[in-house]
Amino acid sequence: MIFVIAIHEWRSLFLSPLAWSLLAVTQGLLAWMFILLVDDFRNLQGRLVALDHAPGVTDLVVAPLFRVAAWVLLLLVPLLTMRLFSQERRSRTLDLLLSAPVGTPAMVLGKYLGVVTFFINAVGLITLMPLSLAMGAPLDLGKLLAGALGLTLLVAAATAAGLYLSTLTTQPTVAAVTTLGLLLALWIVDAASTAQGISSDLLSYLSLRRHYDSFLLGLFDSSDLAYYFLFSLAFLGLAMRRLDDLRLRD
Amino acid sequence: MRVEKHMMDEVLVQVEGLTRCHGEVRVVDDISFTLRRGQILGFLGPNGAGKSTTLRMLVGVLAPDAGQIIINGVDLLDQPIRAKQVLGYLPEQPPLYRELTVDEQLHYSARLHGLNRRASHQAATRIKQRCGLTDVSRRLIGYLSKGYRQRVGIAQAVLHDPTVMVLDEPTVGLDPLQSREIRELIGELSQERGVILSSHLLTEVQTLCTHVQMMRMGRLTQTVTLADLERQPSTRLRIGLHTPPPLALLERLPGVEQIDDLGQGYFCLHHAANAAPTASLIQRAGDWGLQELTPEHSHLEQLFVDLILKTEMDQ
Repeated sequence: MIFVIAIHEWRSLFLSPLAWSLLAVTQGLLAWMFILLVDDFRNLQGRLVALDHAPGVTDLVVAPLFRVAAWVLLLLVPLLTMRLFSQERRSRTLDLLLSAPVGTPAMVLGKYLGVVTFFINAVGLITLMPLSLAMGAPLDLGKLLAGALGLTLLVAAATAAGLYLSTLTTQPTVAAVTTLGLLLALWIVDAASTAQGISSDLLSYLSLRRHYDSFLLGLFDSSDLAYYFLFSLAFLGLAMRRLDDLRLRD
Repeated sequence: MRVEKHMMDEVLVQVEGLTRCHGEVRVVDDISFTLRRGQILGFLGPNGAGKSTTLRMLVGVLAPDAGQIIINGVDLLDQPIRAKQVLGYLPEQPPLYRELTVDEQLHYSARLHGLNRRASHQAATRIKQRCGLTDVSRRLIGYLSKGYRQRVGIAQAVLHDPTVMVLDEPTVGLDPLQSREIRELIGELSQERGVILSSHLLTEVQTLCTHVQMMRMGRLTQTVTLADLERQPSTRLRIGLHTPPPLALLERLPGVEQIDDLGQGYFCLHHAANAAPTASLIQRAGDWGLQELTPEHSHLEQLFVDLILKTEMDQ
């Protein structure tokens, strides 16, 4: 049942021009970024040869590219998650799901997987660009894969947050704005801990960026994995509770 | 098809003490009823009487504050997923995705109700024929007319062959011709099933339903079967006279209790049941120029009007 909903969600994304235009814009922006990074690397190459332990093409092109990609995708997450429940509540199509023999967890997980699958497609397309470097340069595939995995996890966590916020309102734009706010706040929350000398382990642990950075360095730390996993789980759980609550209150 | 007697008596829906509050107001207040196989139960009541809320609770979209709902022997609140398998629901506004085609919508709905790919394809083909949707199966729902959307909504509600159909105002907003088509469709589909529908249209309930529940301010006020109503003798006689005599003379006819003068030689005679002054009227038909004589059967209408008047008086 989860997959029926997930496939429906994924397909209806591609039925509207929204998904296609998002993919096109992301790919276009990041391709431009990629060209600039490769160009920079070519200019630096001469000097790098002289260094011991010089950073390779993976560190100088792939990591910065993925850092920008994370920004772009985080800005897109609210646009896709805002419709999930608020649109259905607004157009009264949620009644179909609520009266069908489908449990609340299946409903939430189905919609979540549908959008996450879309973002896996997007991350796949983005990863193809640096992968093309493997034709002419020594590429650290491990680091590349760690980056792609990190990006996927980051976006999946953000999707869970967006999904929860879309259950709170019947206005998709409100859901989008609140999601954007929450994601940006979580992105910069660790900046506070360094700025005023307020060193807070909690704040830096909460930051979406901290955990993503270690993936970009090629570190695959289970605590980062756990962070994204728990983050998603918490928001999905909240969404399920909220939907059950709606049956009592609507 | 032969229907066994015991099958017809099978209770499909049993509701006990259903209550739902909205703040301090009891939108639905302690209602109980049963639905048996082969019955079409109509909820009739003015707008805001709590009909939709009752139906939404019946299909598990809303949770009741108190009460019990048993669908085909399964408790809806304890085992919602099992109970919902035999339910088909058409809300007031059909839950359709504008960006899907009719085929895609029906397929998705069938899959949600647990049919596999092949079964859902077969079910969709069958139901499209029955609901007259075959020609529009590739059209986008957003471009369909309201009548067609309503048909898609009904098709979606019966696609998985549910034993109980719950229809909320199935003909609201349709033109008279479309309403008639939809009513015929519901009548056809209702055989072998149990149907609960809500309406504020008398004619609809009269033509479709076997049983009627009057609902007012969240309470059930009266339960009647239409067969009983029709069997009840008329107590009103509408007559038209070319050369009417003085009113006093009419009042002296045997059995007449009260007379309404409708003007232009038309009168409404109220009389006791089984004591219509037909014979004496016909005796003097020549003198008075009798041109119309109709017994009026409109008990349901009378009940409904009484109900609405009572509601207005309470407010």
